[in-house]
Amino acid sequence: MSAQNTGTDDQTTLTTDTAALAGELFAPGVGAQAGPPTTPAPGTGTAGDTPPGAHSHGGPAPTGSPAERFTSTDPDAFPRPTGREEEWRFTPLRRLRTLLDGAPSTTRLQWDTDLPEGVELTSVPAGDPLLQGLPEPVDRLAALTRRYSDGADVLRIAKEAVLDRPVSLRLSGTGSEDVVWGQLVVEVGQFAQATVVLDHAGLARYSGGVAFLLGDGAQLTVVSVQEWAPGTVHGGQYDAVVGRDATLKQVVVTLGGDLVRLVSNVQYAGPGGQADLYGVYFADESQHQEHRLWVDHATPHCRSYVVYKGALQGEKAHTVWIGDVRIRPAAIGTDTYELNRNLVLTDGARADSVPNLEIETGEIVGAGHASATGRFDDEQLFYLCSRGIDAETARRLVVRGFFADVVQHIGIPALQDRLMATIEARLGALPDLEEQPVEVV
Amino acid sequence: MTSPTTAPTASGTDAGSVLEIRDLHVTVGEGDDAKEILRGVDLTVRGGETHAIMGPNGSGKSTLAYSIAGHPKYTITGGTVTLDGEDVLAMTVDERARAGLFLAMQYPVEVPGVSVSNFLRTAATAVTGQAPKLRTWVKDVRTEMEALEMDSAFAERNVNEGFSGGEKKRHEILQMRLLKPKVAILDETDSGLDVDALRVVSEGVNRAKADSPVGVLLITHYTRILRYIKPDFVHVFVAGRVVEEGGPELAEKLENEGYAAYVKDSNEQAKLEASQG
Repeated sequence: MSAQNTGTDDQTTLTTDTAALAGELFAPGVGAQAGPPTTPAPGTGTAGDTPPGAHSHGGPAPTGSPAERFTSTDPDAFPRPTGREEEWRFTPLRRLRTLLDGAPSTTRLQWDTDLPEGVELTSVPAGDPLLQGLPEPVDRLAALTRRYSDGADVLRIAKEAVLDRPVSLRLSGTGSEDVVWGQLVVEVGQFAQATVVLDHAGLARYSGGVAFLLGDGAQLTVVSVQEWAPGTVHGGQYDAVVGRDATLKQVVVTLGGDLVRLVSNVQYAGPGGQADLYGVYFADESQHQEHRLWVDHATPHCRSYVVYKGALQGEKAHTVWIGDVRIRPAAIGTDTYELNRNLVLTDGARADSVPNLEIETGEIVGAGHASATGRFDDEQLFYLCSRGIDAETARRLVVRGFFADVVQHIGIPALQDRLMATIEARLGALPDLEEQPVEVV
Repeated sequence: MTSPTTAPTASGTDAGSVLEIRDLHVTVGEGDDAKEILRGVDLTVRGGETHAIMGPNGSGKSTLAYSIAGHPKYTITGGTVTLDGEDVLAMTVDERARAGLFLAMQYPVEVPGVSVSNFLRTAATAVTGQAPKLRTWVKDVRTEMEALEMDSAFAERNVNEGFSGGEKKRHEILQMRLLKPKVAILDETDSGLDVDALRVVSEGVNRAKADSPVGVLLITHYTRILRYIKPDFVHVFVAGRVVEEGGPELAEKLENEGYAAYVKDSNEQAKLEASQG
C-alpha cells in the first residue's frame, strides 16, 4: 500500500471575516431581493413572473459567470450544441444525438404506480398556467422536452397530507426506437409530508423534465433511481422550488443505462428553505453518467447540503459531477456545503468533478465545498486490516460503506436493500479487486 | 484468573505469550528523504505484564506501535519482531491481528457507511476464524458497552464518524475487549481524555488484564494513566530507542524531573556518534 496522495480536498468555511473576499465577487446589476413567500424569487431563472413565451435573458445583465444561466422555453433560443459549450463539454454528444435530434412522439414510458391516500395523479394540457409558472429549461434538450412533452403529468399531494407510504412511480422503457418526451410536475401542498420514488428501468430513449413545487413548510423526499437496461439514453432536468420553511431531500441513484445526464436545479421561494441533495452513481465500462447541480440562493436564511459519491470501473467509464452553488446578495444567512467523492476502481476510467461556489454576500453562516477523486483510502484499509479483516474483505467494506453512506438517506429499507444488492453484484464483477493498487484518496 | 470453562481467547492458552523486539530499526520516507526514526529498539513483553513506554514528543513511540502493527508508511531496515517465536514482520497487517496483536490507535480512522456493529462482528469473525454465535455475541457486546459507559445507539453509528475523542478511545478499548488479543499496544490512549473517560477506559484495560494474561504495551507521554493502569515495567524512550528501564518508581521520577536529562544525554551521544562516523 503506497501512501501517495492523489486527491485534492479543499474546504472553505466562511464566517464574518469573508466580507472583503465576498465584496470582490459581487456581481454588478444583480440586485435580487427576496420575493413573496409563495413565488420563486425574481432573477432565479424562472418564468414565474414573466409572461408566457418571454425569455428570461431580458432580465438582469449576466455577470459572465457560469452561474448566471440563460433559460428559455424555446429550443431555438439555444444554439445547437457543438461540444465546446460549458454545459456540453463533458457530454459525448454523438451518443446524445438520439435525443437532441429526436422527433416528437406520443410514445410513453410504461407507468406502474402506487398512490397512497392524499395523492392525485392527473395531467394538464400544453399551455396550462401551471406549466408557464415552472422554472424554465436551461439547455436545448430540456427546452425540446418541455415543447414535445405536450402538457404534463401532475402529481398533487394535498395540503397538510402526511402520506402513510411512499408514492411509487415505476417508469419503464418499452424498448421503442422513438424518443419518449416527458414532463412531470410534483406539487406538494403546504405542510404536507411525502416521499416520491421515480424508479426508472427498462430500455428507452428518454428525455424527462420533472418539477417539484414545495408549498410552505412542506417536506418532500424525492428518490430518482436510474436502473436502466444497457442501451438506454436518459436526459433530464429536475427543478425544485422550495417554499418558505420547506424541506427538500433528493436522492439520485444512477446505476444503469449507456448515458444518463441529469441537471438538478434548486431555487427557494422564501426564507427558511432547506435542500439536501444526495447522489450515488456507479459507472461501468463505457457508461457515461453526468450529474449537474445548480443551487441558487437568492432568499435569506436558506440551507443547502450536497453530497454526491460515485465509483467507476472499466475502460471508458466516465462520470461528471458539476456542483454550482450561487449565493446572491440578498441571500444573507445562507448555509451551504457541497461534497463530491469519486472512487476509481480500475485504470481506464475517468471522473470529472467541478465544484463552483460563488458568493455575493459576506453575511452568511457558512459556505464550503470539497472534491476528491482517487483510489482506496489507505488509512481506512489499515484500520480495518489491523482488526484482522483481510484486505479483500476490507476493500469491500470500504466500497460498500462508501455507497451506503449516501443510500441510507433514502429512508426506505426495502429500496435501500435492493440498491445495495445491485451495487454489491456490480462490485462482485470486478476482477482481482485484491490486485488493485492502493492509494490514499 | 480465567476459568477453563470460559470461551477460548485468541491466545488459546493461559500460559501467556511473548512479544520480542530485537534491535528494531525503522525509517519513514524513501530514498534520500528516508529518515531513521527507530534506532535499535529492544523490548520483551510477556503475557500478563504491563510495560509503559514513556518519552517526549517525537521520540518515536508511535512509530514503534505502528511498525509492530504493520503500517505501510514505515520501512523496517533491521531487527526482528516475534510473537511466540513467529516472525511478525513477515506477516500482513491482518495476519498480525489474527496472530493476537492489537493496536489501540491514537487517532482512530473514520470509515463512512460501515456501522460499528457490522465492523465489530466482521473483525471478531476474522480473528476467531468463525462467526460468533449471534445470541452470545450481542450479549457480550452489550455488556462491554455498558461497562465502558457507551450508549447502545453507538452500535448503529458509522465507525468513528462524528465520534468525540472520548468515544473513539472507548470504541478502541471495546474492540480490545471483544477481540481478546495476546498483546495489546495502547498508543496514547490517554491523550485527550477527561478524568472520567480516562477512568472508564483504564477500567476496560484492567478487566482485560484480569480476564486473560494479555501483555500490554502502554505508550504515553504522561504519568496520569499509570495511576489507573499499574505498570510492571517502565521504559524511557528517547530518540528512537530505550534509554532507561525500571519499575513503577521510574514513572515517579519522570513525573518529578521530566525528560530533559535524557534528551540532553541523547543529543550528546548523537553528536559523539556523528563525530566518530
